[in-house]
Amino acid sequence: MKEIYKEYFRGNLPHIWCSGCGNGIVMSAWARAMDQLQLDKNQCVGVSGIGCSSRITGYLDINTLHTAHGRALPFATGVKMAKPEMHVFVFSGDGDCAAIGGNHFIHACRRDMDMTLIVFNNHIYGMTGGQFSPLTPFGKKSTTSPYGTVDPDFDLCKLAIGAGASFVARGDIFHAKQLTDLIVEAHNHPGFAVIEVMATCPISYGRHNKIPKPADMVNYLKENTVSKVRADKMTPEEVADKIVVGILHQHEPLEYTKEYAKLVKRLQGGEK
Amino acid sequence: MAKKLYNVTVQEKLCKACGICIALCPTKVFGATAEGKANVNNADACTGCLTCEMHCPDFCVEVEARENE
Repeated sequence: MKEIYKEYFRGNLPHIWCSGCGNGIVMSAWARAMDQLQLDKNQCVGVSGIGCSSRITGYLDINTLHTAHGRALPFATGVKMAKPEMHVFVFSGDGDCAAIGGNHFIHACRRDMDMTLIVFNNHIYGMTGGQFSPLTPFGKKSTTSPYGTVDPDFDLCKLAIGAGASFVARGDIFHAKQLTDLIVEAHNHPGFAVIEVMATCPISYGRHNKIPKPADMVNYLKENTVSKVRADKMTPEEVADKIVVGILHQHEPLEYTKEYAKLVKRLQGGEK
Repeated sequence: MAKKLYNVTVQEKLCKACGICIALCPTKVFGATAEGKANVNNADACTGCLTCEMHCPDFCVEVEARENE
């Protein structure tokens, strides 16, 4: 096995994810990003909620917290407030982050605390049997929408930008090298960084939607993604059914823990 | 200059037969076993692009530059 996997994983493999699950590709992209960042593992925390993607914390060789459903961000906020010097990575699924933890997500974006949120968007609740999630595209089938969903499409990145996150990016598992670079940039960003990763679920999503082969799902991402730079030059009609990947938004943050430290210092009389 | 060669290995114990490496490899290095797991058919064709390594969801493919050839 590769050295970086030995370094950043606990070695309790194989993991529980199904054959062809995209989560493993995100996990290896994260390990490569960690290798580039060269952080002290004792100063890193991985926090996850509940769901397929959230099982990742069981395999990472850093400090990890596997928390309540949808509540990964509140736990991560607590960790960062208590120990602002720690590097916090939050791993969440689309159901975990957009549905059950939707409100926490909005307020984490608003607060703009220095942490990295990686949302594994596989369009489905995989662990509980393939129910449709808020991020299931319109008209797609699942066990609870056998004739196709009637919910309109929902864009998590637009919500994050609207709620005030200072770094919002979208990656996908076909562009694994770019995903690694996005994780590195998101970590280096001094505020709340959101990366929505388009992952695949061949078992619960692919089989219902006539793309049961994992490789076909990965190739679907290859054919239907366009970079942000290219999308800016295309007409809105051309971009409509494409997935735009890359850094979608970035601004200079007013970092919460630093502002809080300043407040404490001022009240203690250290700074007028 | 001679073509640079690579060693490609698949850990059969970890492979879950998803077929991603077989489909994505641009030079068709991999074949499939009877169970559908990946095996290395033609390591000499490998160009070292690391597509298989980065896209293996089970971390079982490894590509290394061949030494002294």
